[in-house]
Amino acid sequence: MLLPLFEWCEATALGQAIRESLWLFPVIESIHLLGLAMIGGALLVVDLRLFGLALRQQPVAPLARDVHPWLVGSLAVMLTTGIMLFLSESIRCYYSPPFWTKMELLLVAILFTFTVRRKVALADEKRVGPIWGRLVAFVSLALWFGVGFSGRWIAFY
Amino acid sequence: MTLFRFTEWLQNTDGSTALRESILVYPLVETTHVLTLTLFLGLIAMMDLRLLGLAMRQVPVTDIVRRLLPWAIGGFVLSVISGVLLFYSSPVRFAHNIFFRYKLIALVFAGANAWAFHTGIYRKVTDWDRGLLTPRRAKIAGALSLALWASIVVAGRMIAYNWFDCDKPQPAIVNVLAGCSGDFR
Repeated sequence: MLLPLFEWCEATALGQAIRESLWLFPVIESIHLLGLAMIGGALLVVDLRLFGLALRQQPVAPLARDVHPWLVGSLAVMLTTGIMLFLSESIRCYYSPPFWTKMELLLVAILFTFTVRRKVALADEKRVGPIWGRLVAFVSLALWFGVGFSGRWIAFY
Repeated sequence: MTLFRFTEWLQNTDGSTALRESILVYPLVETTHVLTLTLFLGLIAMMDLRLLGLAMRQVPVTDIVRRLLPWAIGGFVLSVISGVLLFYSSPVRFAHNIFFRYKLIALVFAGANAWAFHTGIYRKVTDWDRGLLTPRRAKIAGALSLALWASIVVAGRMIAYNWFDCDKPQPAIVNVLAGCSGDFR
């Protein structure tokens, strides 16, 4: 059902330009990787804190608020470069099971991060028990790990 | 023994062959190498941003170094182990790849920068621990770390491309830098 859309993506001028260039794909890939490190750092700082595994003497809310622009910024970099990489090989992606896994997990991860996780991170710590922080951190790490893992496997399948 | 002979011997060991031809283990090692980037470089980058005064300004620098650095080091250990395994899977090609060679050199510089920071301005951290403004030397250490690690990631990604491999004709400069020899033809 979605195949015509993927065919259209593959035929876009941007997709073609990236596909035909020797160095564009590697360069965009590299930026995608740098974004990965950055988004990983921005997520881990808050998730490790929510888990009670690091920075325990810091209140969660200011930390989460402070790191938020880096999270949003790196996610923007990831999405932009990710879309560019996708346009250059849309049809291959269509037939790649890890690609679909990644997209499903990504959608859930983004929704979870900007709703539940944000709410718990910014909530009054005396009102919301630490068990909720731990649970949210675990789900966040599991979801984003799944996104990264399946993302790498697009290259293999 | 030349580098070529040594890596050739290594590549012909049973372990190297098994890893190279493995359908599951090789991709898993590669995935580990990529994903530990988040644990290791992600946290290092957050620390560097703190040194630059660009993130987590309300958190004391000592807190960040003491509480996040152990996690970053854990990630680095995984990164090195998976990296060594990747090298072991195709030593001839990696040892004669300009991006891999750059990566090793830049790793030494990144290590030296971290060492200079921890034995230098960080010794006097009590003077600027909670400050929004960090000393210039701390800023330089943070900026250098970010630049070096970013270049290491990019070089690492470029290793995957065979543009400058010794098994095809290369400009003289590449032949020298990559250590290409007649053995490749």
